[in-house]
Amino acid sequence: MNTSILEEQRKVPRTLSARALSQVKNNGALWAFFLLLLINILITPNFLQIQTLYVNLTQVATVAIVAIGMTLVIASGGIDLSVGALMALAGTIAPMIFLSDFAASSPALGLFLAIVVAISAAGLAGLFNGYLISVYKIQPIIATLILFISGRGIAQVLTNGELQTFDNPSFEFIGTGRIFGIPVQAIITMVLALSIAWVLKRSIYGRFLLAVGGNEKAAELAGVPAKKVKMITYMVCGLLAGIAGLITTAINSASDANQTGQLMELDAISAAIVGGVLLTGGKAPILGAVLGAAIIQLVGYTLLANGVHDAVAMVAKAIIIIVAVYLQQVKGAK
Amino acid sequence: MTNVDSIDVPNADHKPAQRNEPEVVLSMQGIHKRFAGVPALTNAKLELKAGEVHAIIGQNGAGKSTLIKVLNGAYKLDEGEIHFMGEAVSYASPHHAQMAGISTIFQEVNLIAYRSVTENICLGHEPKRFGMVDWRKAHAHARETLARFGLELDVERPLGSFNIAIQQLVAIARAVALDAKVVIMDEPTSSLDEKEKEVLFRVIKELQASGVAILYVSHHLDELFQICDQITVMRDGQTVDQRPIGAMNKLDMVAAMLGRDPEEIAKGGATNFASTGSSSDEVLLSIEHLKGAAGLKDVSFNLHKSEILGLAGLLGAGRSEVARAIFGLDHDLKSGKMTLSGKEVDFNHPIRAIEAGFGFCSEDRKEDGIIPQLSVRENLTLVLLPRIAKYGLIDEEKERQLVEDFIHRLGIKTASMEQPISQLSGGNQQKVLLARWLVTHPNILILDEPTRGIDVGAKGEIQALIRRLADDGLTVLMISSEFEELVEGADRVIVLQDGHSIQELANEQLTENAIMKAIAQ
Amino acid sequence: MNILSMVSNLPGMKRKAHSSRQAEGVLVALVVITLFASLRYDAFLSEYNIMTFLAYNSMFILIGLGMCFVIMTGGIDLSVGSVVALSSVVVAKVSEYGIEVALPVGILVGVTTGAINAFVITRLKIVPFIATLAMMLGARGMALVISGNQSVDVSWESNFTQFGLGKMFDFIPWPVVAMLVAFAFCWLLLEKFAFGRHVLAIGGNEEASKLMGLEVNRTLFGVYVLSGALAGLSGVMLASGFGAGQPLEGLGWELSAIAAVVVGGTLLTGGLGSITSTLLGAILLGLIFNILNFENGLGTISFSAYWQSVIRGGFLLVVVIIQAKIMNRKKAHS
Repeated sequence: MNTSILEEQRKVPRTLSARALSQVKNNGALWAFFLLLLINILITPNFLQIQTLYVNLTQVATVAIVAIGMTLVIASGGIDLSVGALMALAGTIAPMIFLSDFAASSPALGLFLAIVVAISAAGLAGLFNGYLISVYKIQPIIATLILFISGRGIAQVLTNGELQTFDNPSFEFIGTGRIFGIPVQAIITMVLALSIAWVLKRSIYGRFLLAVGGNEKAAELAGVPAKKVKMITYMVCGLLAGIAGLITTAINSASDANQTGQLMELDAISAAIVGGVLLTGGKAPILGAVLGAAIIQLVGYTLLANGVHDAVAMVAKAIIIIVAVYLQQVKGAK
Repeated sequence: MTNVDSIDVPNADHKPAQRNEPEVVLSMQGIHKRFAGVPALTNAKLELKAGEVHAIIGQNGAGKSTLIKVLNGAYKLDEGEIHFMGEAVSYASPHHAQMAGISTIFQEVNLIAYRSVTENICLGHEPKRFGMVDWRKAHAHARETLARFGLELDVERPLGSFNIAIQQLVAIARAVALDAKVVIMDEPTSSLDEKEKEVLFRVIKELQASGVAILYVSHHLDELFQICDQITVMRDGQTVDQRPIGAMNKLDMVAAMLGRDPEEIAKGGATNFASTGSSSDEVLLSIEHLKGAAGLKDVSFNLHKSEILGLAGLLGAGRSEVARAIFGLDHDLKSGKMTLSGKEVDFNHPIRAIEAGFGFCSEDRKEDGIIPQLSVRENLTLVLLPRIAKYGLIDEEKERQLVEDFIHRLGIKTASMEQPISQLSGGNQQKVLLARWLVTHPNILILDEPTRGIDVGAKGEIQALIRRLADDGLTVLMISSEFEELVEGADRVIVLQDGHSIQELANEQLTENAIMKAIAQ
Repeated sequence: MNILSMVSNLPGMKRKAHSSRQAEGVLVALVVITLFASLRYDAFLSEYNIMTFLAYNSMFILIGLGMCFVIMTGGIDLSVGSVVALSSVVVAKVSEYGIEVALPVGILVGVTTGAINAFVITRLKIVPFIATLAMMLGARGMALVISGNQSVDVSWESNFTQFGLGKMFDFIPWPVVAMLVAFAFCWLLLEKFAFGRHVLAIGGNEEASKLMGLEVNRTLFGVYVLSGALAGLSGVMLASGFGAGQPLEGLGWELSAIAAVVVGGTLLTGGLGSITSTLLGAILLGLIFNILNFENGLGTISFSAYWQSVIRGGFLLVVVIIQAKIMNRKKAHS
């Protein structure tokens, strides 16, 4: 019917590489990241050493993992305040299982169960959040506030608030181990980020998630099971928080229900926002979240390595968040 | 104007309006307004006299609400002059207009439901004592204001606990409390029942008697005869006619709105295009006594296989509600019987309707249609997705092929299938939304105002497309405000009025004039 | 035609808004729990217990009152916990000049942070959630920077600690007096001043409020400044009652405050709320902790203190679900 248009369309080849290039050009976060690297190379002593990389990778992994979940939740039009509490929950449950008498008799199964049960518990808690939000239509802030308050409480009750120390090299491997010299948690983070980004791009779920976040009413009219999509999203966010909780526990060789994941919800939200997730929903830059986490980590490291009080980093983070959202809005208004 | 003292004293002497030589309170001359170069108002004019009820009528998109918004400061006019009480004026916002004496009562009551009646009347100009709100005085003031309409309410109760009629009266009371000289009412009766309407009309008469001029926008032509003095007809952004109500009958109004000759309508001249006759007599879907969300009271009709059935009626007749009810929306409010190919069905969610082979393009593209952040491709395959996926993963190759195919077949003008749909023109967005359903090969497609807000060229293309689809065996239920579109496009038309299906028109009976006559009954 | 008869015949007419019914519910719960506790524990209604309970909870009640105003506008203030910490640190530094200086300084700290929040929200148009989230980080960072990452001892020479530890007429602790004054102030502000009405109007329908000519931005400014000021006052109580400025205190207080407001029946969507029921909500949540203490004192069962957060969360869950059911039913009927 309109062949001329079709030809015109063919004249503008949007190859993958061309698109990738333009994405890099328009990605403020990426530029900020490179700028930070450059500044560090110039002023931070011993920055270009492999040890520096390891320190930063180790520290950024958990934030990045939780930020991925947070990005999904924000893309669906919500928020999850309970992630820190869920980390504590998972971090507490796992040692309880692999330190039990049962695990003493069969360590391998014990460890397996410990990891599976701990992560599932966090996932179930996430599902609970999703249920309150999609079925009861409770605002996400309040719905997830419930587990923010009592999730950590449950973990504390389970351990009576006491530190569980352990010596379990196989479990600690996920926090301190290295594969080809690369910290295991960095590998876990990248595997999770890439596979979730792939799933988002390729699966029905990913498309449905963006549709629900972009315009829930229209999505429902188009037959998108919005409730289900939201529940899955909060569940995945919970699962990821659970994984992060296990890593934190493994790094410390101890689980501390009082401290694990403390303030994580803030870091994760910050990272997701700096990574470019839209507060209005409809966009889920997973790798952006990882990048956002890296930027925030790097700002903190830069200040610390240059002798600036690490609390200043919090102020810097605050400013970064405001600037990132402000720029996003200015860009969106155009 | 916000002076408390001035509104505190009840207007004791209701002077009857001086009918012999009423002064002109408001005049609008040569008003032009364009949106992104598209004219919405062209040389529109309006004259309002004290104590008159002046109706503005016109079809959707005729420019009624634009005219109101230009008047009350919601829009800035491009050209033209507004004189209010003898002075040239231009308001920065509806609030400024309100303070100057032009109050707008919006269709959806724009008050604060959680707050008390008193607050809603007094907010922003509360009577104060020692810096504190003097509640006793405020309540008394609210009561007095309402009493002027013979209305006695518990003014301390939240406004939201009263029904819409009362809320509307409170909105009017607020306007009066602010000493309004002109009150604009946009579809004030759309959610009122007969009894409530009577109260509203009485209040309007009261206002009128005290010299307030009322600008009245309504789709319900009958009620105009009850309360209006003057009629201004708008069409295509122009004010095409102005007459005293006595000089017009309903047929004249409909004719003026559509730009037709009433004589011709009365004669019932045939204008219809012969439909291609692809339809059969086989009943595919049968609707019996459908009742549902606001305004849908009792609708019955049969939808034949591969026909285009039109639903006609004025705004508020229940057209969209029929579509939504069939498609499984507002399910908790629905009653009535739906039979699909001889089997009774009842969808409680769009998913069920889609499974049964339905598709639905809603009238509000922006609210219910597009996902603005997503690309043309992603928008187009949203419904289809589960069918081109394996293990939850989308077959991207197939997706691209289908999208490319439909972009080509429907002539969707887009730089690429990856362009965000929000960057497309209205017509092309609509084509993408049509394609969203067509790609799933539905049996029944419900189209609510498929060509609204679309430029003429794209409109013709979409209309032709719908015809072709029906010829290929698709069954279409089409809602349109444009009778011409229905007459040319539909095989049969069901006329709705006030939530009831009142008439079926087919074959040689199906003419614009016949539809108008049915509606004007 | 008789209008009155028509009005009384309308369906769905309720004399009372749903919030006042919930306030009654909270009051009933409070009375029942108090009765139960006073029968079960001898010392429950003792002057000592009541005064200690109120003195300790005054801090939470204060930020609850501020939060109530913010939530009534449809916003949220996540920064109050950090502002409490910042204020406590700053006033500890100036404590040697006595409470006459420290009190206004502490409030000024809160006013400043509140003003910054308001600026970001009303001028930069950044949603309250993000704006105050950034301030949460920023104020915490400032507190840590000023305090050098450790608690700041207050001066015991001056009358500073008199405020936190002393009593008026040897009977009512000063924090309780301050809390009651703040409560009276907030109550008057909401019920008797145009400002309070405008707060509710904006939360109920911002668009309509603009049309009515209300100064939306100015009102929002006042609300965030008020919330900050009350948090600042709470920080003075903290420093003077515990003898130290504590940069790490106040974690999660903002969320407890939100919980108190929600339990009190204030709608998170704004437009509806009550100062009295917020006070009751805060007291109710505080009582849970008090009763757990007594229960442990009895020695029949040993509840760890950690149970309180679990129970608080459970409580919030019940309230929120009841609220959601009422709201959803209302929606279906209208």
